[in-house]
Amino acid sequence: MADMKKSMSKTSKNNYITYAMVIAIFIVVQALSATGNLSRLLTGLLVPLCVYTIAAVSLNLVVGFSGELSLGHAGFMCVGAYSSALFSSVFADTLPSVPRLILAILIGAAVAAVFGILIGIPVLRLRGDYLAIVTLAFGEIIKNLINVLYVGVDENGLHVAVSSAGLNLAAGGKQIMKGALGISGTATLYKDIKDYFFLIGVILILITLFIVQNLVNSRSGRAITSTRDNRIAAESVGISVTKYKLMAFTISAALAGVAGVLYAHNLSMLKVSTFDYNLSILVLVYVVLGGIGNLRGSIIATIILYALPELLRGFSTYRMLIYAVVLIAMMLFNWAPAARNFRSRILERLRGNRKKKEAA
Amino acid sequence: MSFISYLKDGISLGSIYAIIALGYTMVYGIAKMLNFAHGDVIMVGAFVILAAITKAGLSPLLSIILAVVLCTVLGITIEMVAYRPLRKASSNLAVLITAIGVSYLLQNVALLVFGADAKSFVTVINVPTLVLFDGQLTIKGITIVTIAACIIIMCGLTLFVNKTKPGHAMKAVSEDRDAAQLMGVNVNSTISLTFAIGSGLAAIAGLLLCSAYPTLTPYTGAMPGIKAFVAAVFGGIGSIPGAMIGGILLGVIEIFGKAYISSQVADAIVFAVLIIVLLVKPTGLFGKNVQEKV
Repeated sequence: MADMKKSMSKTSKNNYITYAMVIAIFIVVQALSATGNLSRLLTGLLVPLCVYTIAAVSLNLVVGFSGELSLGHAGFMCVGAYSSALFSSVFADTLPSVPRLILAILIGAAVAAVFGILIGIPVLRLRGDYLAIVTLAFGEIIKNLINVLYVGVDENGLHVAVSSAGLNLAAGGKQIMKGALGISGTATLYKDIKDYFFLIGVILILITLFIVQNLVNSRSGRAITSTRDNRIAAESVGISVTKYKLMAFTISAALAGVAGVLYAHNLSMLKVSTFDYNLSILVLVYVVLGGIGNLRGSIIATIILYALPELLRGFSTYRMLIYAVVLIAMMLFNWAPAARNFRSRILERLRGNRKKKEAA
Repeated sequence: MSFISYLKDGISLGSIYAIIALGYTMVYGIAKMLNFAHGDVIMVGAFVILAAITKAGLSPLLSIILAVVLCTVLGITIEMVAYRPLRKASSNLAVLITAIGVSYLLQNVALLVFGADAKSFVTVINVPTLVLFDGQLTIKGITIVTIAACIIIMCGLTLFVNKTKPGHAMKAVSEDRDAAQLMGVNVNSTISLTFAIGSGLAAIAGLLLCSAYPTLTPYTGAMPGIKAFVAAVFGGIGSIPGAMIGGILLGVIEIFGKAYISSQVADAIVFAVLIIVLLVKPTGLFGKNVQEKV
């Protein structure tokens, strides 16, 4: 056992700690729920917590490792959510629930990834600020378009239109997407496996972590971080900046799509208004508070920031305000050169004291 | 005649975007940062005017002056507290995220102070409606005032930047900050001045926006702010005439999209314009092509 630990590299040890942490939290929650110590309110929060965790970890890939700011994370979640809910509704009668859910997750991820590529190609050649504003624009475009989109199904196949009447469904056909009303009843299609959704969520978190951590520590991952640290230097040693930024962006989009799938299948009502700019900002707050580029931090920050305000109800009026202050304070504290100098001086002093004590 | 009527509405809306875009483009040109909170300063300006008139009973002119002063102070304060410490940060991301935090903070403070429900804005600008062609075309007073304000501001700013000493300092800082400092330009106060002008203009934009579309919520400024940034990118970021033309074009596109395509997807059209512009001409209509150097 001791030998194994020695032979393990520092990064893989770090990775395993993160997996272990997620599994440990899962076991604790399961134990609490089995002994009846978990209130209904808390139980209802578990799956959304998984959704936000996946979203935060995937956003951290873009913000933390490729050094770009994406404000359209909610847009990718939205695309994943709608495409997968559509799939689930269409194949509700033809496929059993487990393979249907797996396919739905894959489809949500794939569609979000396609959108990631489409958005990424024009924008990633430009400077970072543009990416922020374009991803924001993308989120709004998606919201706008889905808001007017009606999809129905009958024996002739799928019908897509921009109004309810425009669908021209044959008798016996059903409307699935109803514009601003969204898609309803996705969760009821999975009644039989509803109790396992938290388990599925945790598995998806682990898969997300597996993908992101392995990517980050791979050759491609090092190329991605090099484009963040110095774009020009990276280009000069033959790294294709666009390619690697696009890679990180697309994978992040796909994983956000997975978060959207989980969200859509846990709810009976899927509405596009959920996936607004504020959701993207919320996920960004989790990432910033947990530490940009720190995956474990993202998970911990999500749990604390998501669960605490829900538990302390009276706090909720000031919740967003406090998020905003926390966001600004964290950025100033972590990134301002003056704050950094101050911190390193304090640390030096502490170390100096310890050395003096050791000497004495 | 409906075409001309839409065109007039588009130019009016576009003039508001242009005034907001001026704030974005100046700050971007000089401080090299995207000030996300700019749109929310508009909202603050509008709320100040509303509160000054309805609560404090000030005269319209006095409340407009008060709003401009308060927004100017707010802009300078935001820059000093939140952005200045991060100016030399190693990552560009830091100041961008902080700006989002400031935007969020302003929205939520307004939410706590004024509440979430929409307030109807008071009539501040009283200019009679112009009726042309035997009543076929009516131009509201606010439309005339908006367009006139936009032209005056644009001319004033161009003169200020090109003819005055602080204006030259701004141009110098936007060209090369370090070189400007070596030449004796006070970079800090120049950036503060830029934020002051941008935020003062935001207060005027808030007045015009809420006079044309008289509902006010804490989120009123966010969407026009983002669209104005699109306008600034469209016209070429850092360019004053670019912001003006980009803003007006964007306003016209939005109103035409609403009128001829669908009112629900008008926003999507506006943002699609941004993506197309970035694909075809990333520097915008009037932007300069700046190569990044080692």
